[in-house]
Parts: sequence; C-alpha cells; structure tokens
Amino acid sequence: MINVKNLTKSFGDHLVLAGIDEHIEKGEKVAVIGPSGSGKSTFLRCLNLLEQPTGGTITFEGVDITDPKTDINKLRTRMGMVFQQFNLFPHLSVLENIRLAPVKLKLMTKDQAGEKALELLKRVGLPDKADAYPKQLSGGQQQRIAIARALAMNPDVMLFDEPTSALDPEMVGEVLEIMKELADDGMTMVVVTHEMGFARSVATRVLFMDEGKIAEQADPETFFGSPQNPRLREFLSKVL
Amino acid sequence: MDWFLDQLWQTFVEDNRWRYFASGIAATLEVTVLALILGTIIGVLVAVVRSAHDSQRGNKKGLGHVVLGVLDWLCKLYLTVIRGTPSTVQLLIMWFIVFQWVDSDYMLLVAALSFGINSGAYVAEIVRSGIMSVDQGQSEAGRSLGLNYAQTMQYIVVPQAIKNILPALVNELITLLKETSVCGFIGLTDLTKGAMIVQSRTYSPVVPYLAIAVLYLVMVLAISSLLGLLERRLRASDKR
Repeated sequence: MINVKNLTKSFGDHLVLAGIDEHIEKGEKVAVIGPSGSGKSTFLRCLNLLEQPTGGTITFEGVDITDPKTDINKLRTRMGMVFQQFNLFPHLSVLENIRLAPVKLKLMTKDQAGEKALELLKRVGLPDKADAYPKQLSGGQQQRIAIARALAMNPDVMLFDEPTSALDPEMVGEVLEIMKELADDGMTMVVVTHEMGFARSVATRVLFMDEGKIAEQADPETFFGSPQNPRLREFLSKVL
Repeated sequence: MDWFLDQLWQTFVEDNRWRYFASGIAATLEVTVLALILGTIIGVLVAVVRSAHDSQRGNKKGLGHVVLGVLDWLCKLYLTVIRGTPSTVQLLIMWFIVFQWVDSDYMLLVAALSFGINSGAYVAEIVRSGIMSVDQGQSEAGRSLGLNYAQTMQYIVVPQAIKNILPALVNELITLLKETSVCGFIGLTDLTKGAMIVQSRTYSPVVPYLAIAVLYLVMVLAISSLLGLLERRLRASDKR
C-alpha cells in the first residue's frame, strides 16, 4: 500500500531522515517508536507530504506521490491524519469540523456528510457534542473528534502523529480505546507513539527509529521480548 | 447665546445650507464604503500572495514558484510605494494625472479608487499578520484532509485571521473615513469641503467646523459599535 524507497529529508544542513526503506501492507498496524529527534514524526509527515522529502520516492496505492505531477490533494483525501495538538478548527462547531472537507471537496452533500458525522460521533462516543465548539471540550474529547474528522473522508490509511502526547494522563485511555477499535475494524494504521502498551498490544509491527534510520523492526513480541539493537535495548530500558 | 443661535441659523437654515452637510456626509460615506470594499479585496489578495510566498521557502521548484516570486515582488513594490507616499498626494496624482481626461461626474469614483488602493496596502499587512497569527497546525489539518491551499485559506485560516485582526481593521476603517476629508483637494464636495463652502458664505468658521467634527465623531462611533457587535458574534466560538 505504501512503499518508501531511500527516503531522505534534511532541514538545511541537518539530516533528519538518512535513507529509509519501508513497505507497509494493507491492514497493517505499524507503530513507530524512538527517542525524540530520531525523525519519526518527520517520517510520518513525509508519507502525506506535509513535509517535502529531500530525496527518495514514496508510492501510495501504486502512485508515486513524490512526483511533482501527482495531485497530492486527491491522494491526501485517502490518507487520514491525526495530530498531537488535535488541530480542530476552533471557529467551527464539531459537526462543521467533521463535514467541512467532504462537503467542500464535493464528495458528499451537506446532508450526507452531516449524517456521516453524527454516525462517526456515535462511534467515538460523543454523540451529543455535534453543536459544541472545540474549546468547550477536553483534550481527549477533541482528539476523538479529530479522529472522527479524519475518518469522515473514508481514508484507506490513518496516520497518527503522537496522538496521546498532549493529553492529560487520565484521557490517554479513551483515545487509545478508539484507536484500538479502529485497528480491530481492519484500518491500516501508522502510529508514531510513546505508548509502549499500545504498540505491544495493537501493532502488528513495531519500528524503532534512531538517528534518521529504522534501526530495528519486528513483530511486537520479538521486538519487546528480544530486542537486538543496543540503542533499542537502552531505549526500552528507559521507557518500560 | 443670541450670537450662537444666529450662527446656527446662518450655517444650517439660511439658503438651505444644511444640504451641503447632508450631501457631504453622503459623499464621504460613499467614498469610504467603496474604498473599504476595494481595499479589503486588494488587502486579502496581497496578504495571501505574500503568505503563500513565505510558506514556500525551502521548496523552490517549478514554474509556480517563479510566478509566485514575481507576484510577491509586485506586492512588495505596491506596499512600499503606497505606504511611503501621502494619501493626499496619491489622490492628486490619481485625479490630475492618471484620470485627467475623465469627466468630473466620476470624481467620486476616482477618489474611492485612490483611497481603496491606499487602504489596501494597510489592510494587506494587517491581514498578513492575522494569517501568521493562526497556528501552522490549522493549515496542516486542512491540507491533510485534501483541501488545496486556496480552500484551506478560505475556510480555515482567513476566517480565524479576520477574527484576530478585527480590532486592527476597525482602526484602519476609522482612519480611512477620516482621511477622505482631503477629497476637497480635487474638488469633491465631501463633508469637509461642504463645511468650507458654508464658511466661505457665512464668513464664520466656528459652527461649520465644530459641526463636522461632531458629525465625523458620530460616524466613527457608529462604525465602532456596529463592528463591536460583529466582533462579539465572531467570538461566540470562544465561549467555554
């Protein structure tokens, strides 16, 4: 589904991604972990071109998205993204947040999108918040709505950029629960996270990034049970 | 007291001189409103071009970037020239040089054009500061949903920017209204020119000039309270 070849990214002289090769299959749930500054968020943001790669290619569903001729807007409609800071639109109600993109991109009528939004709100456990504004909601609630907003586009893959890092501890669970349900429904997911419990129980594969490279990857059992890379061992000893 | 009543009579009632004030207010408001509309359109367009150019840094590829570079250069030239010269001089150049062959029936339109172009430069920088004040995550969220740059600006960034800059825009509108008082330089009978004509008939400056000071003040207060109402409505989404 997503094929990454020799992906590099540098900000000025600073090399953040030092050549990444990665293949993500449909239905996989890939957790990306690593110390801060290891390039994991940059890697994720390259996948939908929020960051323009410096070199290498990324193909998504057979289309080279790094080709300047590719209509990236069209491809992004099939890649949902959830941000650390939620990034809900504060001037719009929850309902308008969710239905904005499907309506403006003429994928659905206003009524269809509204219906879909209410259905999604039910799914994330917030059926009575349609008319609320983001600032009236807790962080956990906002993130669940951000997930609903991304799902409203019926994406083929969901990218999560540290979705629980900005939350108060007691709200982490409710967001992870929604993500777990999404995973159980078969969604393809790439999740940059510090939640080792989530990586262990939900991911089908875990990547460890260090200094702009994927230093190790394995299924969660092997990954956490018998890590090989010394940097990974050190990292796990600190976070577990 | 008798003197004052006599002055009032001479200024407003005799020869129906109140008409100079009435038609003066109409001319002043017409120039202001037309200039406001034009200035807002120019201002938003220039601000979007400048912001688009700023956000392109580090991605200097393709024809699009060259076009944007030229547009940005033109915008900067416009801002420099317009903000660097007095609006009165611009008005004189507009009427006596650029539109010297135009019939005096169109004087009001030329004045509105001149003030609109002038105001646009100030509005542009206000709007640009507003666009910069909106968190980067907002446009990233919009783009990640598949909206293009223009749609993201239109539905997500600019509405929030406008809310942030409304007080500064009200300020600019008040300045604009008061600056139109130099319209008399090209012979347009606005409120100030009307008072000057009345003074030339009554040979007494006190009542006409104090009267228009009060009239300008009333217009400014009306604008402020009207826009204050709008501001409160826009802030509805901030309530917790």
